[in-house]
Amino acid sequence: MFFTYLRRELRRRRKAALVVASGLALGIALVIVVNSVSSGMNQAQGKVLESLYGLGTDLTVTKAQERPADGAQPQRPRFEFQGKDEGEEQSSDRLMVQGFQTLADSTVATVAGQPGVDRAVGGLSLVNLKINGEFARGRIQRGQTQQGPPGAETGGNGSGIGGGSGGGSGPGDTVTGGGAAFDVDSFTLYGTDVTAPDLGPLTTSTVSQGRTFETTETDAAVAVVDSAYAQEKDLAVGDELTVKNVAFEIVGIATADRGQAAAQVYLPLKRAQTLSASAAEITTIYVKATDSTRIDAVKTAIQKNVTGTTVTTSADLAQTVSGSLDTAADLASNVGKWLSYAVLLAAVLVAGLLTSSAVTRRVREFGTLKALGWKSGRVTRQVVGEALVNGFIGGALGIAIGLAGAYAVTAVSPTLTAELGSTGGMFGGGGGGGRGGMVFGGGPAGTAAGKTVDIALTAPVSVTTVGLAVLLALGGGLVAGAFGAWRASRLRPADALRRVE
Amino acid sequence: MYELIGVTKQYRRGQERVDALAGVDLTLAQGDRLVIQGPTGGGKSTLLQMLGGLDRPTSGRVLLDGTDLAALPERKLTAVRGQNIGFVFQSFNLIPTLTAQENVETALVPLGVKPAERRSRAAEALESVGLGERSGHLPSELSGGQQQRVAIARALVKRPKVLLADEPTGNLDESMRDEIVELLEGLWKEHGLTFVMVTHDSAIARRAPRLATIRKGRITIKENPRAATPDRASAPVPGTASDPVEA
Repeated sequence: MFFTYLRRELRRRRKAALVVASGLALGIALVIVVNSVSSGMNQAQGKVLESLYGLGTDLTVTKAQERPADGAQPQRPRFEFQGKDEGEEQSSDRLMVQGFQTLADSTVATVAGQPGVDRAVGGLSLVNLKINGEFARGRIQRGQTQQGPPGAETGGNGSGIGGGSGGGSGPGDTVTGGGAAFDVDSFTLYGTDVTAPDLGPLTTSTVSQGRTFETTETDAAVAVVDSAYAQEKDLAVGDELTVKNVAFEIVGIATADRGQAAAQVYLPLKRAQTLSASAAEITTIYVKATDSTRIDAVKTAIQKNVTGTTVTTSADLAQTVSGSLDTAADLASNVGKWLSYAVLLAAVLVAGLLTSSAVTRRVREFGTLKALGWKSGRVTRQVVGEALVNGFIGGALGIAIGLAGAYAVTAVSPTLTAELGSTGGMFGGGGGGGRGGMVFGGGPAGTAAGKTVDIALTAPVSVTTVGLAVLLALGGGLVAGAFGAWRASRLRPADALRRVE
Repeated sequence: MYELIGVTKQYRRGQERVDALAGVDLTLAQGDRLVIQGPTGGGKSTLLQMLGGLDRPTSGRVLLDGTDLAALPERKLTAVRGQNIGFVFQSFNLIPTLTAQENVETALVPLGVKPAERRSRAAEALESVGLGERSGHLPSELSGGQQQRVAIARALVKRPKVLLADEPTGNLDESMRDEIVELLEGLWKEHGLTFVMVTHDSAIARRAPRLATIRKGRITIKENPRAATPDRASAPVPGTASDPVEA
């Protein structure tokens, strides 16, 4: 009888049932879409951060920025070219520590010993800068009034690329020709701890050709090259790559999972330290915490116990994310969330009012049933049952619409751009690049350049989200039915019959 | 069977106190048939509600087989209604979404009767009121007389001791009225029920062996020697609804 009565009643009031179910459906669909998009945002942010951090890294430790002594200039690369005969080639091949700030590699063990730290590995970020070229002397042509000896020449002042503007000559003399032509080749390198392949800079990339380092290759002359750099330089597995006159065999080509790679060339840490004359020095420590929920505590412990370091967590890094990804994440977490809950609340209120109004219309019906001996509980169950079915229908519709919405978002996959601002002590990815980018005057550590990452937005729907939707639907139905049921339960049959007769 | 002792019922209508029943004493034996008449607002329906356990008196006792309905907790009072008392209302009070058969079954739900038995008893009750073939129809598909027959079947399907009818012919035309009165009298005779009916219809009232008139909450009972007895129950209803009956 319960189900027969319920079914017939819902069919009789199908318009009202449809309004209630639709309202709940809209609210629930919004909750699902907003939750799933929000989850997609989080995933996108996680991927963006992962592209900097590498998989499995919870925080990084770098040397804290030091104030230069009074009057001292910030450290920057300096090149000196000597005057040589015209046409004679001059070159410089520098392998420099990125940012000039290093930590002793013993710091790795200190960090690893901090509470909450599972593992820690070191890495050395380097920049290789090759400058190669020659100077051409300018020629002086004497003026009319002050002729110099024939063939007199003077060199450019060497103070700037592009040649000087004369010198050592009298009024009316002119200098023609002269100047300098230099090729600049720059690429970034990362010395990685080959004994920990699952932690460190190389985890931001996937080896697409060849292999990664073997754990025994701590001092081997082998290299893994980023695919973009390999393509640019026409490098392949098995080729040789020369760094500071040392030949390295390319054993693998790595492709950055997204955005730019951490470096263009990866070497075993020990080799990188030797080449850059940075023995026992590192730039970054990659730390994995024992418990991902206690990262802040680990950060505090390291900051307290390992002085002179800057500790950066993914949360710190997340604060530097801007661009459309950040805007969309803000929208999803603020406007979207409150909008969906407001719609749901309005739907529940409307459902409650409609249920209550239905009870008012059915006073005689419920009074009659009570006169026939139906207990209040049975009448209440009937009202609540109807409201629950409305909630269930609304929930099913809402889940279907919500899943369709989430699927549509994933199918369209709008591209969001994440701009990562510079953070103190963070490594700056590819840096100068290999297209002749100059790194003269490269700033100290802590001014790592911002990075832009495009990422496709997805809207994954978790079981938890669907569970939440079901709970909201049934809860909404219950809340909507509760008031009506309460009124129905309090009806006295004599009053109910008297009111309408 | 029924014994009402000093039953009063007072309502508040704004600031005014209304004495719907003012010290009613009444005794009814098993199988008695009583018709209640009186002016509108005189307390007829209130008395019927006291008898049916739908309302509680302000004071006094309403004894049904020795049990004071006025003192019973709501749960037990509901059970008494479900088991012993059948109601027939002026407006039929059928559930509009349920078929005739299902409406009759609603009276068996509180008794915990199994669905199969419910169905067969409901079908039997509908047969007894001549609506066996209309069991699958919704109330809206039935005439007024047919709807009242369904309501009567619903009242009787649980085999109650008491049948209480509040203006059962009030919404019916004359021919339907006769049909329903004859049906009720026939069933009263057949089942030996205690039957109390409220009516404005003097023609129906004249057929009752006992007439009660309520005015301003006070009851007077009059025996009617010319009334229909169980033997004469199927005789046509004389007169019209406008004939007054002296209390």
